[in-house]
Amino acid sequence: MRLKLRAQNLPRRKKLSDAAHSLGRAHHFETAEQQYESATLGMWAFIVQEILFFGGLFGAYVVYRNLYIDAFSAASHQLDISLGAFNTGILIGSSLTMALAVRCAQKGEKNTIIGWLVATIILGFGFLGVKYVEYSHKWHDNLVPGSSFVWEKPGYLDVAGGQVKIFFSLYFVMTGMHALHMVIGVGIMLWLIAKIRRNEINEHYFTPIEISGLYWHFVDIVWIFLFPLLYLIGRHT
Amino acid sequence: MSAVANAVENGHSNGKTYLNETYGIKSWLFTLDHKRIGILYLITLAAFFAAGGVFASLVRIELATPQGDVFEAETYNKLFTMHGVVMIFFFLIPSIPAVLGNFLLPLQLGARDVAFPKLNLISYYLYTAGGVVALTAIIAGGVDTGWTFYTPYSTTYSNSFVALALIGVFINGFSSILTGVNFIVTIHKMRAPGLTWFRLPLFIWAQYATSLIQVLGTPVIAITILLVVFERLFQIGIFNPTLGGDPVLMQHLFWFYSHPAVYIMILPGFGVISEVIACFSRRRIFGYSFVAFSSLAIAILGFLVWGHHMFVAGQSTYAGMVFSFLTFLVAVPSAIKIFNWAFTLYKGSVLLDSPMLYVLGFIGLFTIGGLTGLFLATLGLDVHMHDTYFVVAHFHYVMVGGMVMAFLAGVHFWWPKMTGKMYSETAARVGVFLIFSGFNLTFLPQFVLGYMGMPRRYHTYPEEWQALNVMSTAGASVLGIGFTLTIIYLLWSAIGGKRAEANPFQAKGLEWENAGSPPIAHNFVDIPIVVEEAYAYGKKHDEAQIESPEPAKEEEVV
Repeated sequence: MRLKLRAQNLPRRKKLSDAAHSLGRAHHFETAEQQYESATLGMWAFIVQEILFFGGLFGAYVVYRNLYIDAFSAASHQLDISLGAFNTGILIGSSLTMALAVRCAQKGEKNTIIGWLVATIILGFGFLGVKYVEYSHKWHDNLVPGSSFVWEKPGYLDVAGGQVKIFFSLYFVMTGMHALHMVIGVGIMLWLIAKIRRNEINEHYFTPIEISGLYWHFVDIVWIFLFPLLYLIGRHT
Repeated sequence: MSAVANAVENGHSNGKTYLNETYGIKSWLFTLDHKRIGILYLITLAAFFAAGGVFASLVRIELATPQGDVFEAETYNKLFTMHGVVMIFFFLIPSIPAVLGNFLLPLQLGARDVAFPKLNLISYYLYTAGGVVALTAIIAGGVDTGWTFYTPYSTTYSNSFVALALIGVFINGFSSILTGVNFIVTIHKMRAPGLTWFRLPLFIWAQYATSLIQVLGTPVIAITILLVVFERLFQIGIFNPTLGGDPVLMQHLFWFYSHPAVYIMILPGFGVISEVIACFSRRRIFGYSFVAFSSLAIAILGFLVWGHHMFVAGQSTYAGMVFSFLTFLVAVPSAIKIFNWAFTLYKGSVLLDSPMLYVLGFIGLFTIGGLTGLFLATLGLDVHMHDTYFVVAHFHYVMVGGMVMAFLAGVHFWWPKMTGKMYSETAARVGVFLIFSGFNLTFLPQFVLGYMGMPRRYHTYPEEWQALNVMSTAGASVLGIGFTLTIIYLLWSAIGGKRAEANPFQAKGLEWENAGSPPIAHNFVDIPIVVEEAYAYGKKHDEAQIESPEPAKEEEVV
């Protein structure tokens, strides 16, 4: 029975695979559909490992926030909430432009894809620029963990400096890892633009743009968790 | 005759195989062929195994006498650390997935390659790069923290090349993650027509469970390593108790990966055992779905037991009780496998070729290794045995007696498939005998030593323990000879061995019946259509309806 079902499917599979030959299908895939599904599943699996990667940091954050709630609150007040909120807006905007790039790819509007990708890159750099400003403020305030770290904020002198240092360690590692992912994302988009200009993308084959979009949205979502955890919730205690 | 034979003949019609399709060093170093990448892994892996083996030999030489007369304490610390780091991260974890998994996955799935061949090559180079960085750390002066890199020793007090070694392990971790991603997608999306999940060989199920752990566990140790490196370089405080950091948190994060990692090491071995035992019993595997799902059960339960490494590290007693109970649970799926393999042997036509000898050795040794694991999972008993040679003996029984035996079983079973050459069966049997007896002589005394209280990681010990330690060192020598012999005759056969038949063991499975030995560059002339389960032993050749879909055949079946 199974054999029959499968055999009836064969002609359809054949046709698909013939049609796919001109559309950037790698030789080891039987059909374009198979290639598309593989690439998408691969990106999802990769995102799962990313979640676990950040998960270790979030785990450490939860442990230390529970242990040192006062220090985390005091440290949280040192972060610039307006810059953080501004960056959140930028990042959500970049997810919109990325989604529009994917939409244009589906419709095969090549030049518009490049436009939206460039917009995404600009927003990405905007985010990183603001992050740079925030980092340099922390540097001037001696809040970067390391030998130069000093904690002498008026009003918070009863809070242990070591515990505040742990907050800032987590802050820099978490936002730093996030920023690194954004830099990689920008690199991916430059690669996509080159690919589009080489005519390797069309309305039948736009998988790279779609899965890069998945990645970009994931990086965006990480920030959606980082912003409240680092900037916001400490202010209520 | 049957279409099966045709397919194999077609594979050889022009004498081209994946080995002689192209020539030159570049055609190997830049290959995207999963089979060649598997061979590259095999060569690199063998080098790391040799390096790890040398460190182990030096450790055993020092322990032959109670006094610390060969090495300084610091040197000894570096030796066992480097033995652990090299063997675990650069041999055991990649061994079966990277070598046999890479080589066999597409062949057993009826695919032309893994889903992402470029990613596969990148994984290999990440592995090599990680290895080079770790070796640099070793040559520069070594690491002395133990393979666990516990804080605060690793972050504050150690004067060795901790950060560099950690970066090597970090890079290597991404090789493991990407291989996992690649295999998951390959198993989901690259199966041949008709190859349903319950027709898959159990090696694939085991690989799938392994890949899940690689993808879910490895990123956690990646970030942990990064934090330890930052802690060491910048004193960021996260694991530093003087600042309020918690060193035990590092142990939690470390074991959240490193306990499941032991299943990364052993699960693919289980897969190999299932394949080999069915073939050499000439019988379908007993309880297929139980064996398949027990792999997944081990993968899932494996994530819930990490706390049993910290029974005496200041973890709460209640957590300890829960972890102890959950650890007992893992024994259930492992035992299910052992029983199913035993029942597969029952009333089978058992053939004692060398791969099967390794498997029988595996079953005995893994059972001892697994059962002594239950001793250690017992909260009260672990307080006595923690950090003694009992632990060392336990995990060597699982890792060497289990994993290495399974790896060698697999290498011997698929050697004709990989190289097209046959090794000397006599030499192979001598090898099995030396490895099996050498192994037991090395590690059985260590159970006794551990029970008497000999702590691990010391280069001296009281004189009354010398007899057992000398036995252990003597066993290690026999083991070393066994491994050396195996490497020599395998190399010999690859170069000058006699040509293997396409299916020398009359095994079932797509890789044996539908592909040549060695296979052609893209594995199959035509993608096979699968109409039956993986272990159709006992059926006649013509009844085994695995066919290659020629155009005429297609119309026939419609």
